[in-house]
Amino acid sequence: MPADGHPYLFLALFAGAAVVFCLSLLGLARLWAMLVSPAKPGPTKNAPYECSLASQGDAWVQFRSAYYLYAIIFLVFDVETVFLLPFAVAFTHLSVGAFVAMMVFLLLLVEGLVWAWRKGALAWH
Amino acid sequence: MIDEGLRSELSKQGVFTTTVGELYNWGRKNSIWPLNFGLACCAIEMIAASMARFDISRFGSEVFRPSPRQADLMIVAGTVTKKMAPQVVRLYNQMPEPKYVIAMGACAISGGPFKQGYNVLKGIDRYLPVDVHIPGCPPRPEALLHALITLQEKIAGQKLTGPERAPHLQEEAPSEYPIPDYGAYDLDPPKNPDVWQPPVLARKD
Ligand code: SF4
Repeated sequence: MPADGHPYLFLALFAGAAVVFCLSLLGLARLWAMLVSPAKPGPTKNAPYECSLASQGDAWVQFRSAYYLYAIIFLVFDVETVFLLPFAVAFTHLSVGAFVAMMVFLLLLVEGLVWAWRKGALAWH
Repeated sequence: MIDEGLRSELSKQGVFTTTVGELYNWGRKNSIWPLNFGLACCAIEMIAASMARFDISRFGSEVFRPSPRQADLMIVAGTVTKKMAPQVVRLYNQMPEPKYVIAMGACAISGGPFKQGYNVLKGIDRYLPVDVHIPGCPPRPEALLHALITLQEKIAGQKLTGPERAPHLQEEAPSEYPIPDYGAYDLDPPKNPDVWQPPVLARKD
């Protein structure tokens, strides 16, 4: 690297070399296909499924909307885990104030869960 | 083109010469990836061949691919029932060029012990171009390895250019074969006449 060059010059060179490298490989493959090895697509070959049985029905199946309640309640546990792990790691160094704050936070989350439970969201209708 | 005498003379002097076609075939024959499927008891021997004792990886073929898109070789290992035959042909059609077929065992080459069965295909070569047939019920793993070596020799002998060149390099050679349908009594059609013709029996007087 010359001392007077721009500090990011090598990045530009690197990006350029990377692009040229990829393009030349793709070009070589294309050249090979043109000169010796012709592409032979076909209806079965291009079919998306590979299990060798033709697909049946529609991929646009519908799920019951009742699942969204579970998704929301899952968030309670999700958020709880995200905060509980750092809490557990730092537990021995925490001040009383931080501990109380954490407990209040947990209480809020549990309250949400209890509320959803009371509302009957955990029962399958 | 360099002639054989000069070539061996050069190699005695430590100069190695090759051609693009030979290099291409050398790479292909040492990395034949089989399609990962088995149809009956012969598949157990195929699995044994891929394990440490028989160690098919010595020949570069241990990479059994679960997808036909990545496979070079179809090892038809086992009984092909008429229910399964369309699926086997469809899988073959989905493999990219170049592709090869080894029919392993008495069942795959002829129907084997179930030849009289109403539901058994009497050899996968009725629908697919088979490169190597392995007799035996079941063939030992060594027999599969031998078939693989035979296939490697066949690949090494394929030409890159000219009218004799390998089928996958010829524009007009088919890459897909017709998939049979389930008919009322048999597969429809019962064979692909472009690939297989019944042997003509001539009675000597
Ligand atoms: S040839 Fe013998 S071992 Fe192989 S699939 Fe047929 S019955 Fe089984």
